[in-house]
Amino acid sequence: MLLPTPVHSRTFAACRSFRFKDWGGYLAVAAYDPSSEVEYYAVRHGCGLFDVSPLRKYDISGPDAGAFLSYLTVRDVAKLAVGRVSYLCWCNDDGQLIDDGTVTRIDAEHYRLTATLPGLHWVDDRASGFNVTVSDVTDRLVALALQGPQARGLLEQLGELNKLRFFRSRAVRLAGLDCYLTRTGYTGDLGYEIWADAADGPALWDALLAAGAAFGLRPAGLEALDICRIEAGFVLNGIDYRSALQCHTAAQSSTPYECGLGWAVDLEREPFVGQAALRKRRGEERLFGVVADWPAIEALFRLQGLPPTIPSAASREGVPLYDGDGCQIGRVTSRTWSPQLKQYIGIAAAPQAHAVPGTRLQMEFTVEYQRRQVPVTVTELPFFDPPRKRSR
Amino acid sequence: MTATTRYDAIIVGGGHNGLVCAAYLAGAGRKVLLLERRHLLGGAAVTEEHLAGFKYSACSYVVSLLRPEIIHDLELAKHGLSIIPLACSFTPDLSGPGLVRWPDFARTHDEISRLSRRDADRYPEFGKAMGKMGDFIRPLLMQPAPDPTRLPRRLGESLSLLRRLRKLGPRGLAQFVQLMTQSAVDLLDRWFESDRLKAPMACSGIIGTFLGVRSPTTAYVLLHHYMGEIDGAYRAWGFARGGTGAISEAIASAARARGAEILCEAAVEKITTRRGSARGVVLEDGREFEARVVISACDPRRTFFSFVGRDQLDDDFVAQITRYRYRGSSGKVNLALDRLPDFSCRPGRGLHLQGDIAIAPSIDYLERAYDEAKHGAFSRRPYINLVIPSLTDPTVAPPGKHVMSAFVQYAPYQLAEGPAAWDQQREAFGDTVVETLEEYCPGLKDAILHRQVLTPLDLEREYGLTEGNIFHGELSLEQLLFMRPTMGWARYQTPIQNLWLCASGAHPGGGLMGAPGALCARRLLEEHYL
Ligand SMILES: Cc1cc2nc3c(=O)[nH]c(=O)nc-3n(C[C@H](O)[C@H](O)[C@H](O)COP(=O)(O)OP(=O)(O)OC[C@H]3O[C@@H](n4cnc5c(N)ncnc54)[C@H](O)[C@@H]3O)c2cc1C
Repeated sequence: MLLPTPVHSRTFAACRSFRFKDWGGYLAVAAYDPSSEVEYYAVRHGCGLFDVSPLRKYDISGPDAGAFLSYLTVRDVAKLAVGRVSYLCWCNDDGQLIDDGTVTRIDAEHYRLTATLPGLHWVDDRASGFNVTVSDVTDRLVALALQGPQARGLLEQLGELNKLRFFRSRAVRLAGLDCYLTRTGYTGDLGYEIWADAADGPALWDALLAAGAAFGLRPAGLEALDICRIEAGFVLNGIDYRSALQCHTAAQSSTPYECGLGWAVDLEREPFVGQAALRKRRGEERLFGVVADWPAIEALFRLQGLPPTIPSAASREGVPLYDGDGCQIGRVTSRTWSPQLKQYIGIAAAPQAHAVPGTRLQMEFTVEYQRRQVPVTVTELPFFDPPRKRSR
Repeated sequence: MTATTRYDAIIVGGGHNGLVCAAYLAGAGRKVLLLERRHLLGGAAVTEEHLAGFKYSACSYVVSLLRPEIIHDLELAKHGLSIIPLACSFTPDLSGPGLVRWPDFARTHDEISRLSRRDADRYPEFGKAMGKMGDFIRPLLMQPAPDPTRLPRRLGESLSLLRRLRKLGPRGLAQFVQLMTQSAVDLLDRWFESDRLKAPMACSGIIGTFLGVRSPTTAYVLLHHYMGEIDGAYRAWGFARGGTGAISEAIASAARARGAEILCEAAVEKITTRRGSARGVVLEDGREFEARVVISACDPRRTFFSFVGRDQLDDDFVAQITRYRYRGSSGKVNLALDRLPDFSCRPGRGLHLQGDIAIAPSIDYLERAYDEAKHGAFSRRPYINLVIPSLTDPTVAPPGKHVMSAFVQYAPYQLAEGPAAWDQQREAFGDTVVETLEEYCPGLKDAILHRQVLTPLDLEREYGLTEGNIFHGELSLEQLLFMRPTMGWARYQTPIQNLWLCASGAHPGGGLMGAPGALCARRLLEEHYL
């Protein structure tokens, strides 16, 4: 049985497509309308409201909270000032990636960590010896992501934002409700995540939707989110990499360096989990973007006498990547048609030597059950990074 | 004043086609100067603000035909272009709930079933048949026009056209010939029985022409619009975020990034020639510029009769350019609204308002509208294509307010009293449009904060569209492909050496597709004229 989120009464009523997904054990809307296109465009042009309550949320408090998080994760979290958010990941002792998420310093001795997959035990087990309390607040909080260029205008109507900057956070009152706001998100656009008491969820949802009419707001589901995050070049745990907790062999795991998260690793400091291993081994692979040659895709459809048709949702089934000699050298783990860029894009991984921008590779592409290949070009991530994301 | 720099190419006119051409040429390393008469770029693709916070897409209001390869090549997304598809097509009705056609098949089936079950079942087949025709025509759009009058030189191209025709098969070929000659209503009658379904479908056959839904050749025009594509596949039309002008701005930004020089408020008066060859331009303010080639992004009449002069051209060519028909037939009314209008047949704010809305209740209604125009008057109950972009793109109006764009047909350039009479009839025309809309959305009148009325005369004076024709000449069969603008000169070249055409008056024609601009540049570069 999938669990309802705090705004289930609202999301369920608004979902006319009856398409839902399992997100970490919670019932999440895949698309509210039969086609998720309107939702995607709302995010890129007006704003979209995502119910991200299924994200795991752990509150970590106590005198050692900063020290503990610095030990648990790859970043020196103790340095993070109050009211700031940091994106990071954590590994096992072998430097294999477990999960990624954000950490927010809400108060001097109070942090909040988000995680994609259930893994409280991992966090809890590392906490022994630190003077901290780790509590899973996933069910106590509602989390709504308001994403898109109009998000700021909408929030300013409901409360005083004081020009909250990128990756900053603060407590606010929105529509008379106590909320905690972070300028973060998973769409690569201007956006905020609103965290509030689960009981206030429905009232918060209603207030946002009522005021949102003037800002092009639409409830948006996971299909739209998936396209946005691929455009933004964000990896997804379970799709673009496998959590070490779920790997059967070492080969299935990745280091942060192999997943494009190397920039977050802060090696030269007090010991942290995985530090020694990461010092020795960065991994052989690299994560990068690929852009497919659209005319080649069109040609594959034409071979079958069909006009090119592309599913409106992103594909999460990995496909092989080949070099010029037809040797399989890597994989494309997430791919989608980008409505914004008018390009077919993917997130891929392969050994360093093939991951040089501009390199031409071949990606498997299936039309009418026929497996073929289309040329792709290696590019840096992200694909889409509008200045408004960071703008003041 | 003497010219100091010599350019590879001067482009006259900063409409989207001129800009596309500039971007491609500059991208190939050519030294390009683009000159635009107005204070802003875009021509018929502009965003204008007449009341603070309300952004009108003054002329062109939806995009569909803009070629995906142009979007890629010029990296327009990086330069800020973003197109949002329309949600549906809504045809309101004075009695009954009206009709909404959605991209989603099941929903559309449901809607059409209320009118006719048979039509509903058939509707997707029509789409497929048009798709096949579109597949045939589309490659022609992106190739320089086949030119049968110069056969041996371009043999390969013409052969491939023949091969394509053969591939359609005898039935397909018959359908193709029919399509090219029959009326939109003839075509639709073969498929459907419901007048309420056929009427809005027929409208695409008359847009930008001075023809009625029952006039021959409008079936082809219908297909031409049907082929509009977004995302490289058949899709609905879309809005450009920030209004249509955003398209021009994105292309201009791409052109500048590639090194093109762009001057606004630089009206060209003459294209100068020496021994039958273009060598530069003179502006109205006296400035002069020289270049290896001059490319006109204005319509053929303006190019040849105003810029070049009849005395430079042979009589036969002059006769052909004189015959080339403009006959503008449409006007535009833009409204700034205090609140969202409510359609009495489908009240409330729904997704049905986020598409295009056609005031086209029946075939007879449309034909009557044409009858009045034939006699030199604007339609008292016109065909209106309405959009409310602010519902989809909140940046074009202040929060809670809206802009509404009404494309209106027929508004004949040639009024019975002559075109100049439009100055007296402008407000009456605006009132007619508002009154027509008021019948469908009572209360609209009271919500109007500002109104911009563009008559065909305004389109000519303000935007440089000869006789107010929105496509630089009618998109009728005899003015297309290798006949656009004239027999023998359909490949962007002109009888004046080093003078080229790159806008809607050249193949494949008008609409926001950028193809003439791109193809002209391609030919110049690939065939080493530049
Ligand atoms: C009311 C209206 C609605 C329309 N709606 C749509 C629509 O919804 N969708 C669609 O696809 N198409 C639509 N169209 C058609 C489309 O806008 C045009 O076909 C297209 O924009 C033409 O582009 P162009 O670059 O070929 O020419 P233009 O945009 O006409 O550009 C020509 C340029 O030359 C400039 N110029 C003129 N004289 C001089 C001079 N002497 N010196 C220098 N510059 C000069 C003009 O100012 C102008 O900028 C509409 C057109 C109109 C008028």
